[in-house]
Amino acid sequence: MTQTPLTTENLSVTYTGDREIEAVKGISIGFPANRLTTIIGPSGCGKSTLLKSLNRLHEIQPNVKITGDVLLSGNSVYNTDEPTPEIRKQIGYVPQTPTALPVSIYENVAYGLRIHGDYESKTDLDEKVETYLRKVNLWEEVQDRLNAPGAELSTGQIQRLCVARSLAVEPDILLCDEVTSALDPISAESVEETLEELKSEYTIILVTHSMAQARRLADEVVFLYLGEVVEANNVQSFFENPQKERTKHFIGGPTPVESDSSTKLTAATSPTADGGENMFTGAGESSSSEEQ
Amino acid sequence: MNRYTKQRLFGIAVRAAALLVVSVMLLVVSVTLARGGRVLLADPAIVATPPGSRYMLEGNGGFLHAVLGSLFIVGPATILSMVLAVSTATYLQSDYSSQRFSESVNMFLNVLWGTPPIVYGVFVLTIIIALGAQTSLFFGIIAIAIFQYPIMTRYTDEALRAAPDTVRESTYGLGATRFESACMTVRAAAPGVIAGLIMGFARGIGDAATVLFTTGRSTRMPGGLFDAATTLPVLIFDQAMSFNPEVRSHAYAASFVLTVVVLGLIFISKILAGRYARYTPGG
Repeated sequence: MTQTPLTTENLSVTYTGDREIEAVKGISIGFPANRLTTIIGPSGCGKSTLLKSLNRLHEIQPNVKITGDVLLSGNSVYNTDEPTPEIRKQIGYVPQTPTALPVSIYENVAYGLRIHGDYESKTDLDEKVETYLRKVNLWEEVQDRLNAPGAELSTGQIQRLCVARSLAVEPDILLCDEVTSALDPISAESVEETLEELKSEYTIILVTHSMAQARRLADEVVFLYLGEVVEANNVQSFFENPQKERTKHFIGGPTPVESDSSTKLTAATSPTADGGENMFTGAGESSSSEEQ
Repeated sequence: MNRYTKQRLFGIAVRAAALLVVSVMLLVVSVTLARGGRVLLADPAIVATPPGSRYMLEGNGGFLHAVLGSLFIVGPATILSMVLAVSTATYLQSDYSSQRFSESVNMFLNVLWGTPPIVYGVFVLTIIIALGAQTSLFFGIIAIAIFQYPIMTRYTDEALRAAPDTVRESTYGLGATRFESACMTVRAAAPGVIAGLIMGFARGIGDAATVLFTTGRSTRMPGGLFDAATTLPVLIFDQAMSFNPEVRSHAYAASFVLTVVVLGLIFISKILAGRYARYTPGG
């Protein structure tokens, strides 16, 4: 039986701003260890909300109410005396927009290690920075300019830097929020390659708009629709033998209810070869920011 | 009038407006630099010479007392004000206060921003009288700090708001505390924060009304924190009112020093902001 280090128990997230919206509706689901699980679904279905609620990151926004719980290795994430930063250290997060912290490339990776005091000496810190930059295949590209500003890298490199930065604090789980949606096809491919290499070592949960990306990368797929899990299965069964009607519609083409253009593009282009499809899914995904 | 004629007329109007502003600025700066520069070149020592015992009457000595008075007042005031401004601006971000409260505080800041500096001077003077104290460097620092505070807070607040929210999200995602995250956000907003710091300093060093009642308009070298002092703008006013033409000419020299300091500060802020902008996402 596969271990599930992260599970949700009847997790609901409600935005309580001007009007109340229940973005995630009582989800109970497990994320298996050392596997890459993708959360897919149309825009506004609650993918990013679910992801951020896993490490309490949505708490930095105002007007969010949460019920239910998340369990990390059996321990409650919400009903605990442990400070939230310690929980977020264990459940890392890579944001959708590639963002270098306003410091050098070196300091970007060292940041997490410094704030948590996870290093013994300068040499140890140097070694760790190199290790994690190598892990995301960025070391060769940046080793000569570690003191240059992180913001001067290309967006693809910045996104890999973000992954390295998150890995450096040695989380048990890595949450990735549409990490390739802001990237050009070539950069997206390099980030995907990085995730592909990491997935045997880490428990990764990736929110994606792109069915093709889910097919390429995922071990497990969770399909969300209007804040509820429609179907969760391993990637092969999910795409080849979907159990639910809505899943079949979503995989096969535009869903009958949702007429979102990004869904159309993603779904329509999913079976094609890599080169063209990335471009289309990329274009579709850029319209998904309302989820934030 | 057709659309293209309107466009041409508007183009002429905006260019004329820009030209007018630049011309006035150039005129003021060049007159000050030319007249003040002439006096200063003839006797550069006046900047570094303490005033003689009858300086305001006879013009003997220089105005080092006002140069030092300005630095001793505006330097500490800027540091004090900057600490308060960065703290307030950070507090106004959503992590520490509700949006509604933040809006109310912003309104008060706007009121403070719009308050004439002479009012701060009178306010601090009231405190001095209530305490039975006397005008001094210390109260000048307090008055200038109060004057600079809304300026710096507004600049810092705007800079923090303009900093990408993803910096905040990224730091929290790595397990940063609110303080650690705020420090990184301030760093991301560094070009704007530096601009606020320099503008606060420049406005502080150029303001006469705030220190008029609070520092004592001394004509001697500043002796200590609780001794009377004067600053360059107040001295310029006193010099310009003098019967002695030599003292009046010193007003131009003092204006020259003040203008060069302010221009220099703006220049430094541009360089610093540019340097930090390299590190800023999207910079």
